Amino acid sequence: MNKNPNKRRQQTRDIKTPKYAKPAKSENRQNSEAGGGVADKLNAWRDLHAHALFSSLGRLVASPFSSVMTIAVLAIAISLASGFYLVLVNFQQLTNHLETSTQISLFLKEEVSDIRASKLLESIKNNPKVQQATLISKEQALEEFKTYSGFGSAVSALKTNPLPIVIQVLPKNSLTDKNELEALQHEFQQNEGVDQAQLDMQWLARLQSIIAVGERAAGLLNLMLGLAVVFITANTIRLELHSRREEVIIAKLVGATHAFIRRPFLYAGAWIGFISGIVAWFIVTVMMLILRSPVETLSSLYGGHFHLLFFGFVETIKLIALSTALGVIGSWAVLVYQLQRTKPE
Amino acid sequence: MLKFENVSKRYLETGEVLRDVSFHLRRGELAFLTGHSGAGKSTLLKLIGVMERCSKGQIFLDGENLSHAKEKHIPYLRRKMGFIYQDYKLLQDRTVFDNVALPLVIAGYGHHEITRKVRAVLDKVGLTGKEKKFPLALSGGEQQRVGIARAVVNKPPIIIADEPTGNLDPELSAEIMRLFENYQQVGVTVLIASHDITLITKMNRRVLKLDHGQLVAS
Ligand SMILES: Nc1ncnc2c1ncn2[C@@H]1O[C@H](COP(=O)(O)OP(=O)(O)OP(=O)(O)O)[C@@H](O)[C@H]1O
Ligand SMILES: [Mg+2]
Repeated sequence: MNKNPNKRRQQTRDIKTPKYAKPAKSENRQNSEAGGGVADKLNAWRDLHAHALFSSLGRLVASPFSSVMTIAVLAIAISLASGFYLVLVNFQQLTNHLETSTQISLFLKEEVSDIRASKLLESIKNNPKVQQATLISKEQALEEFKTYSGFGSAVSALKTNPLPIVIQVLPKNSLTDKNELEALQHEFQQNEGVDQAQLDMQWLARLQSIIAVGERAAGLLNLMLGLAVVFITANTIRLELHSRREEVIIAKLVGATHAFIRRPFLYAGAWIGFISGIVAWFIVTVMMLILRSPVETLSSLYGGHFHLLFFGFVETIKLIALSTALGVIGSWAVLVYQLQRTKPE
Repeated sequence: MLKFENVSKRYLETGEVLRDVSFHLRRGELAFLTGHSGAGKSTLLKLIGVMERCSKGQIFLDGENLSHAKEKHIPYLRRKMGFIYQDYKLLQDRTVFDNVALPLVIAGYGHHEITRKVRAVLDKVGLTGKEKKFPLALSGGEQQRVGIARAVVNKPPIIIADEPTGNLDPELSAEIMRLFENYQQVGVTVLIASHDITLITKMNRRVLKLDHGQLVAS
């Protein structure tokens, strides 16, 4: 039994009459009150909600240890999910920039001599759309192939060099549009010495497909972490419900609907989700701040104009709203299930 | 007001606890439900509050068939009954005022009306001035009166009490009984489960007697 009712009373006052119903306060109002009309009932309804909203927060504060533990776990789960999301967003930003550094490889025809190739190189360098062009001779190409392909000895056994001369063209930075690049590629293709002009976007496509995989993985991860948040909240609410079982039963015995009993617990779930969302936001933001300086050093090494993206205003609101919603869903699920089973003995 | 028609209750674990019970309590009647321990008194009362469902037969409260009541409708049925328990079932961490106000808060009354009704009922049960106390700071008889106040604050047409005087001395018991008689006099139906034979004899009221789940006198 409770040794110090006064203290516990402050912590637990959900089904309790809202404060303002204290007898002393409304003494002087009694005469003007005519049996409680619609307005009085509406006020009562609003008061119940307001009361449940704040008393559920009061309960969290009243048991700081378990609240902090729960919120910490939830915040870590949410920050993992949202941190992963933010990393992906940054990678996407990265590929947007990389698109500008696309190159075109010109594979020259077999019969083209070295001298003709260097003349071609000169003319390409003079093209106003070209930033830079380099020539890779047959021998250089073979060397590279030997070292990087792993077929070194096999290649050495070849009598003739099967590789063509290659000219690598880096278009001007201003050339970002895919159509323009393709027009340039087409222009090179027209040259009679060129066997094939290849727009080198393959690796970009690869990077993009890696990101697509990452997105899918992030989606799954977020789904799992979202479920974790729901389950953790559900379990927290279940424990809370269990510790207040007697109160729930008495409320049921005097005619409380499930909606009435659920209300303070739903608010508790909402608070837990809400606070965890805010804490997660801070965790991710601090992590990004720690990452910012090395990332920007890295980016400057590549002459990049890459700036780390943080949560925007809308994303912050979404993050917190989503965590709150997950908290409500978790507590709602457990309440529907448990309240059916909490039968008055 | 309250009508049992061939009601049986069977528990999986203990078998048939009530067998073919039929009786009719008229509006404004006060009756005792008696019988040995384990006769099924509490079970019968639980059927009225739909804390348990009967296995056979039908129960009518104020014309409504309780045995067919939908789960969702049960809270509203319970608001029409005032239940009183031997162990009071009070919330220890709420004041007397809050305990008594609970049914009104649940029913959605505004605070003016809650205050008025709670004070009126506390006056009636003789707990004026105790509204800010906690249940543990009260004597058994006072706690039982808080329980009664909570049961009647919403003016239910029927009061159902399970061993309301089980823990009280004869003097306090008589006092509680007088309270029930007061309510009965204003038209409330009252059903009291008790095995306090002396008290029941003294009261000289209708007695429903259960023996191993069967009604042997009504
Ligand atoms: N929830 C339950 N599940 C199974 N059996 C039960 C349950 N509740 C009561 N019983 C059984 O039903 C029988 C009647 O119990 P009940 O509580 O109605 O008796 P009672 O007349 O109120 O007795 P007492 O005077 O001791 O309170 C008992 O044999 C008990 O074991
Ligand atoms: Mg009993």
